[in-house]
Amino acid sequence: MRAVAVIGAGKTRFGAFPDRDLRSLAVEAGEKALHDAALPPERVESFYLGNFSGPAFVGQNHLAPFVSTALGINGVPATRIEAACASSGSAFFHAWAEVAAGIADVVMVVGVEKMTSQTTARVSEILAEAGDCSGEMKAGNTFASLFAMIARRHMHDFGTKKEHLAAVAVKNHANGALNPDAHMRKVITLEQALNGKPVADPLNIYDCSLISDGAAAVILAPLERAEEFTDRAVRVLGIAQASDFVALDQKEDITTFPAVRRAAQKAYQMAGVSPDEIEFAELHDCFTIAEIVASEDLGFCGRGEGGPYAFEGCTSLHGARPVNASGGLKSKGHPVGATGAAQIFDLVQQIRCEAGERQVQRHSVGLAENLGGSGATCVVSILGKA
Amino acid sequence: MRSGRVYSETVIYSAPEAFVNEAPYQTAIVTLDDGGRVTARIAGERVAIDDCVVEVEGRDDVPFFRKAAGAPPTA
Repeated sequence: MRAVAVIGAGKTRFGAFPDRDLRSLAVEAGEKALHDAALPPERVESFYLGNFSGPAFVGQNHLAPFVSTALGINGVPATRIEAACASSGSAFFHAWAEVAAGIADVVMVVGVEKMTSQTTARVSEILAEAGDCSGEMKAGNTFASLFAMIARRHMHDFGTKKEHLAAVAVKNHANGALNPDAHMRKVITLEQALNGKPVADPLNIYDCSLISDGAAAVILAPLERAEEFTDRAVRVLGIAQASDFVALDQKEDITTFPAVRRAAQKAYQMAGVSPDEIEFAELHDCFTIAEIVASEDLGFCGRGEGGPYAFEGCTSLHGARPVNASGGLKSKGHPVGATGAAQIFDLVQQIRCEAGERQVQRHSVGLAENLGGSGATCVVSILGKA
Repeated sequence: MRSGRVYSETVIYSAPEAFVNEAPYQTAIVTLDDGGRVTARIAGERVAIDDCVVEVEGRDDVPFFRKAAGAPPTA
């Protein structure tokens, strides 16, 4: 298996852009990544598009060649990957596998979602299709309500408090306020975070990530060839994808994500690092409780300790191990199909020391955790200096 | 009708389009006395984790459960 490097990365701003369509966002991110790698489009040998629900959100299918040809990438394999909110994390995993296996040398990943042309109620309904529509969703659940049930049980089993959840929101909003590309650059107080409009008890509006438009792109190549393209290559140290039941009621214990644990274990093993050696991370905070559970499943803290771990400031920008220095899905925004690729973009920026005001101090080894649904897909990627 | 205990629950305020007119409403994951779990809607009084519940009428293939009246905790 060959060592793989990220040789270019690009991202649009995240937000609500009524004048932009899905393709123009994807093309903007793709062109930025090509420019970053000083690479002409015709040198891309394979193309992956991460997208959750273009057909439902904007009425367009067959999206991979729809986007790749607009980028000037034609004739090569163009493949769309759908894995709910882990779509572009999974696309990144498959692109990595193709380069590692020696099938192609230069592979591009674009993640994109255009969500804001639909009402919130309709967005909830489209997102719900990533759950079990024959059971849990038919009963009127939303993803917020599934994660609310995870939070309730976590509170019951471990004494996690609403203040712990709110601390995640406060931190991620503070970080996002420093990110010029974030959807919501707004600092919030603990009191505000505790008193938001209820969405699904115990989660309120501040516990939920945003509905956003946006795209992100990365380009991969064998590490041994990275120097041909850039002197700022970032190495993929370890990566793994894992799966689990789609329906929450099929899981034995909803306060942990086995797919996160499995993917993390394999990624740590490949990278030859322990959780303690991860210096910073981008975690999938689709809801505040998800960041808390992920920090436990990744071994950043003990089981059941994720609440106090977040509350005590360990994960803040200047804490021992910053989590979601980008603002996370909570404040940076969550165009679902773009999120996995955007997390990789954020790691690359930090490792290259290009993150501006939100630059973390220790930035040689970073981890991204991209979750699909209520834990049915997870991709864990560990990146470091080349 | 099935019976069981509430494993987790939530009250939904922000509903998907098809359920907007019913909000707020409660859903729960119920651990069934006969084994397995099911995701259900809660009818009537709100329930909390560990409450005993019994199945009442279903609607559109969705199971509805209600708090068991005065029932002793099931084993």
